[in-house]
Amino acid sequence: MRFRFIQFLAAAFTLCIAQAAVAAAPIKIGALFAVTGPAAFLGEPERNTAKMVVDEINKAGGVKGRKLELVTYDTAGDATKAVQLATKLIKDDKVVAIIGPSTTGETMAVIPVVEKEQIPLISCSAGSKITDPVKKWVFKTAQNDSLAVAKIFEYLQKQKQNKVAILTVSDGFGSSGREQLKAQAAKFGINIVSDDTYGPKDTDMTAQLTKIRGSQAQALIVWGTNPGPAVIAKNAKQLGLKLPLYMSHGVSSKKFIDLAGDAAEGIRLPSGKVLVADVLSNSDSQKKSLLAFVKDYQNHYKTEGDHFGGHAWDAVMLIKTAVEQGAESPAAIRDQLEKTKNFHGIGGTFNFSSQDHAGLGKDAFVLVEIKNKDWVIVK
Amino acid sequence: MQFDQLLQYSLSGLSTGAIYALIGIGFSIIYNATGIINFAQGEFVMLGGMFTLLFLETFKLPLWAAIPCAIAASTVAGMLFERLAIRPLRQPTPINLVIITIGGSILIRGLSMLAWGKDTHAIPPFSGDDPISIAGATILPQHLWILAITILIVFVNRFYFYHTISGKAMRACSYNRRAAGLVGIDVRRMVLFSFIISSAMGAVAGIIVAPLTMTAYDVGVMLGLKGFCAAIIGGMSSGMATVVGGLLLGVLESLGAGLISSGYKDAIAFIILLLILFIRPQGLFGKAESERV
Repeated sequence: MRFRFIQFLAAAFTLCIAQAAVAAAPIKIGALFAVTGPAAFLGEPERNTAKMVVDEINKAGGVKGRKLELVTYDTAGDATKAVQLATKLIKDDKVVAIIGPSTTGETMAVIPVVEKEQIPLISCSAGSKITDPVKKWVFKTAQNDSLAVAKIFEYLQKQKQNKVAILTVSDGFGSSGREQLKAQAAKFGINIVSDDTYGPKDTDMTAQLTKIRGSQAQALIVWGTNPGPAVIAKNAKQLGLKLPLYMSHGVSSKKFIDLAGDAAEGIRLPSGKVLVADVLSNSDSQKKSLLAFVKDYQNHYKTEGDHFGGHAWDAVMLIKTAVEQGAESPAAIRDQLEKTKNFHGIGGTFNFSSQDHAGLGKDAFVLVEIKNKDWVIVK
Repeated sequence: MQFDQLLQYSLSGLSTGAIYALIGIGFSIIYNATGIINFAQGEFVMLGGMFTLLFLETFKLPLWAAIPCAIAASTVAGMLFERLAIRPLRQPTPINLVIITIGGSILIRGLSMLAWGKDTHAIPPFSGDDPISIAGATILPQHLWILAITILIVFVNRFYFYHTISGKAMRACSYNRRAAGLVGIDVRRMVLFSFIISSAMGAVAGIIVAPLTMTAYDVGVMLGLKGFCAAIIGGMSSGMATVVGGLLLGVLESLGAGLISSGYKDAIAFIILLLILFIRPQGLFGKAESERV
């Protein structure tokens, strides 16, 4: 009996030590962001945000007594590099989950690696094809392009403007937008009467706009990231184009207003709620997260947080929540992620399920209009 | 096809073309003095815009003061580039030099990225941005600035090359370096001069175009290539032929985007480049070179 008791004590003691050892070891999370290169406008705020959030969590004592450790690598927007670094994160750094990459191209390249190695990936890029069809180990926090397109079309339908011209940039973001615009038009009874593109480095788009001016279009939708849309806004003003101008969520940052200046006035675009966090109604379930994120980012980096950083915020917080629920191994984290319900993040309210690894609904976007160099919600 | 549309295409094309022409002349000046194609030319265009921004925002200078400062700073960069990268070369074969200029352009771009970050920046227009209407087509006051400054620079250039001693010396170098050296022209100095002139011109191009197109550390790549096309169409002459080459390129691009398909806009420029290189390597207006013995 006495021997039994000592045995029990010994077992309890070893368990305690083991527990302590585990508690000391941090949970390693990998991150792949395009901090340099053409997609740096995504990667930089994402990396900054991820670092910031992990620091804050650790300062507050970590998750269930364990610290988080973030291992970040710069992919430079290069898919080949992203794959190599993903392998490195898994094999050398032995991370339990990976956040990123920043672009759809890189994410698609990394997917086979994480599927094979069975490590959960939370991508910060927007392409619908990342989670459609659903891949077991892959989630994403960036809003689908299709949601943004639907938001614009819904509004156009309400305004009874059914003839639109589209002008998209000839890169990954633009062609994905163009596909979505064309695919969804019929559903909203919208007719695309003019379909043009421009190069990401083009400096003058008056030719395309002149052509559009000569068409039947009642509205113009421009799909691109800075600086192209700002050039288009200026060109449109130069030409005296009367059409209402709609843009994509790719330009939903203050930077666009700075670049386009007066020409930005009156432009409408779908945007994540970050931009308009302070004017959201108090009943909005995301408001608390949004304000916390905006304030934190302002304190840390002295500039405004944007929704790109928000994708990384959501990814880290989703993993944190999963770990809080007791998940520690990659497989457990994956299962826990899939069960996430009503997570009020920056990008929207996430509800993952085995059929949906994107998790967002149409309410992830609001339609905003630029008025007096600021954003106003369009009702 | 309405007339005002066609006019708009042409006007837009002319103003973009003027920029290509300015950059193209920069290419040909260096080519004529040294026999190399300076692929870092586009970076001086970028430096012009970025330095203007630096003087405007960091040193809070007014626009009229920031512009000369930016041109001076870019010119110094051009001099340093020649001194540090081109001159020390022991065996300056054209291929070595060309590779060095490519390396130099990557270096300048990288340094600018570190210094100014990756964001795109806007520069205020010189005189407002109220559009000016011409028979149904519209242009901005900035376009007039671009056209006027291009014309001015072409004339100054012509005066320099035909009516000043150092201009004539530079032309002599372009005909025959060895002979020029024999009659007492300091060829290396002329090479330095050519870099000074072309970096200053690149900077001017970068500055006058920045209010329209905005500027970032990587704007030099595409503008440089288009300028190179203009210079090739003009047969690498540092005069009117390159200007016409640039304008032609601008107008064709604009008409191509408007009338055929905007997706082929850049393809048009590079198809022209290839055609010229294949069919008329001496340029659209040049006479075939003949070797006299």
